[in-house]
Amino acid sequence: MRNLLIFITKYNAFFLFLIFELSSIIIYVKYNSFQKASVINSSNEVTGRLYTQINGLYDYLSLKEVNDSLARENARLRNQQKSSFYIDTIARHKINDTVFKTQYEYIDAKVINNSTNHSYNYITINRGSKDGITVGMGVISGAGIVGKVINVTQHLANVQSMLNKDTRFSVMLANNREIGYIRWGDDLDPTKGMLMDVTNNAQPKLGEMVVTSGYSLFPQGIPVGRITNLHPKGGGISLNMEVTFSVDFSKLQYVDVVDYKFAKEQEGLEALQKKDD
Amino acid sequence: MIRTIIINVLRFIVLVFIQVFLLKNITLYNLSTPYLYILFILLLPFETPNILLFPLAFILGLTIDAFYDTPGLHAAACVILALVRVMFINITVQKEGFDNEPEPTLSIMGFRWFFTYILVLTLFHHFFLFNLEVFNLSDIQFTLSRIVLSTLFTVFLILISGLLFYRRKERK
Repeated sequence: MRNLLIFITKYNAFFLFLIFELSSIIIYVKYNSFQKASVINSSNEVTGRLYTQINGLYDYLSLKEVNDSLARENARLRNQQKSSFYIDTIARHKINDTVFKTQYEYIDAKVINNSTNHSYNYITINRGSKDGITVGMGVISGAGIVGKVINVTQHLANVQSMLNKDTRFSVMLANNREIGYIRWGDDLDPTKGMLMDVTNNAQPKLGEMVVTSGYSLFPQGIPVGRITNLHPKGGGISLNMEVTFSVDFSKLQYVDVVDYKFAKEQEGLEALQKKDD
Repeated sequence: MIRTIIINVLRFIVLVFIQVFLLKNITLYNLSTPYLYILFILLLPFETPNILLFPLAFILGLTIDAFYDTPGLHAAACVILALVRVMFINITVQKEGFDNEPEPTLSIMGFRWFFTYILVLTLFHHFFLFNLEVFNLSDIQFTLSRIVLSTLFTVFLILISGLLFYRRKERK
């Protein structure tokens, strides 16, 4: 027993190393597979508040870009005034119509934390469960799709960015409506994504728009990006293409969270089908 | 003693702030990302007991993780860094003969020792950090180039900060 104690004190560095290394690996493995539903992330109170304050400072630095994007957004809105169904200036916007039932609602939010240079990027926004945000909602910006809500607190929410190796969304080619899915590219470039699993019958062209398919969280036709390379490495049974995102993720400032009203219904229905299989 | 504690607490806060609000936004060509915050562990006094060194490294890592949304990743890399630090100092530094709690700074230890020290330790830290983050050996070439270039960037920043706080008269 005494020899053991002497042994442990002599090599204390190694044992301390073992203890702390094991605990951090356990934390790492545990909280990264469980969708980050942990205390240690940026939607918790302290880090969230700090980010909000520092973000106030960053805002001044990018006023010009924000102005430009707002002007562009304004022009776009004026073009589609009649059907401007969803864009709103206040937190929520509802249309009471007896013929049309609101299918998508949009909640505007501001990005208070964002990264583009890791393998798994996340965005924190300043709206939470109090504003009606729940886990699983899609997030878009004026220019295109941004990501998906994965974690919500009262005032803040965590968004799994498009720039995340786990992110996949159902999309289609704008012209001939061939569907596939989009994921982030392999070389961590924040402007490039990969469009996967398009059938060989599709005849995509360089520069063609890629838009959302409407099969999942987003309404149909939200832009995703443009095809910039038809023959990246890989592929085989189906076509793969390189897509340049229409959203500039490094300058993301304001986003809209999409509340798909029938999400629960669709999920329930599709779960039934799975049970039958 | 009290002075050392205050200086180190201040250093902890300042380095975390710089890392999280400034360096987090910096990446050169998607390859080179600086992690200056490890300077806190590098600059702890030689006589820091192991029982304090490892928890400090762990806490520093967790603090950075809280802002980077990667629970455990930086903590693991920092604890490895602490072990390498202990071994490196055991091999290269004669512990006796120092008075008034010396720190492994550029001004006390001289350029050659300090440069080897930060280069080796930064390489170890970045190697484990990037490999743990990617967790995949298929892109090893890309990961390795990221490690080397990030190490260069970090070492560069550490040297600059070492020169900024250079005090000639402390040199022995």
